[in-house]
Amino acid sequence: MTSPQPRIGVLRFPGACDDRDALWALAALDADAVFVWHSDTELPDVDAVVLPGGFSYGDYLRCGAIARFAPAMEAVVDFADSGGLVLGICNGFQILCEAGLLPGVLRRNESLSFVCRDVPLTVERSDTPFTTRCEEGQLLTIPVKHGEGNWYADDDLYEQLEARRQILLRYAGPVNGSRNDVAGVVNERGNVMGLMPHPEHAVDPLLGSADGALILSSLVESARSRTLTAV
Amino acid sequence: MRATVLVRPKEGILDPQGQAVESSLRQLGFAVDEARIGRVVDLEVEAADASTARAQVERMCEQLLANPLIESYEIELLEGAG
Repeated sequence: MTSPQPRIGVLRFPGACDDRDALWALAALDADAVFVWHSDTELPDVDAVVLPGGFSYGDYLRCGAIARFAPAMEAVVDFADSGGLVLGICNGFQILCEAGLLPGVLRRNESLSFVCRDVPLTVERSDTPFTTRCEEGQLLTIPVKHGEGNWYADDDLYEQLEARRQILLRYAGPVNGSRNDVAGVVNERGNVMGLMPHPEHAVDPLLGSADGALILSSLVESARSRTLTAV
Repeated sequence: MRATVLVRPKEGILDPQGQAVESSLRQLGFAVDEARIGRVVDLEVEAADASTARAQVERMCEQLLANPLIESYEIELLEGAG
């Protein structure tokens, strides 16, 4: 008996550019990955949702600020509120922050320069649906490519996040000016994660690193176990 | 009714764009201690009176035009215009 493939929706916004890579990577990691159009008001029957990277709606006003009001995002908010797994990558992270699903905000890089390179990251927790295949303290190499990845939270919020262990990934060295080198966070409930690095660009050694597959296959496995529980 | 919204980076929030402009101004020989860069949004609002218009624009700021974590905003209403 083969275990069922979990179904994972990949949102497509106008201006997204990593939607195909996300779909391809999830399929390669044994998920039934399907596109969801930004103007759809309902999600198909999915076990998880991925918001890919790009420049949704031209990133006008602030990155993610317009995409947050896309009809499909209302469905994503409902999905997340009911405990559904949601992963936002890069622009997807920015959108989830603007939508209030994740804490903080992504600002212009401190250097004002676009950063595009492989970066080392430390995994802070392995007990979330997005990091089950990782080990705490593990060093991952995953590429970043962004102009606005400088994550910020004020002192009060940052202390709360630390206390609740919501910081999931940190850069091993400075990358974009992000507060305390935060590269990825999770919501309090633990079902919504956002990160600036691109795991979908690092799922095969041919691409320089396959460490991104650890994050994405954690998501696929978590989505699969939810399917099995539902059955 | 015409309204202008000024969105600014909050006090104490790092503004790398402002810093870059500040250092360029200094290179040009200007004595500048600080430059901060915000955004102007000009609006033409349909509203019966000024207080309704202001309330509407405030909601726009809260929901979309500014991110309260890092930005503050000011609203100017130009009555009689439009």
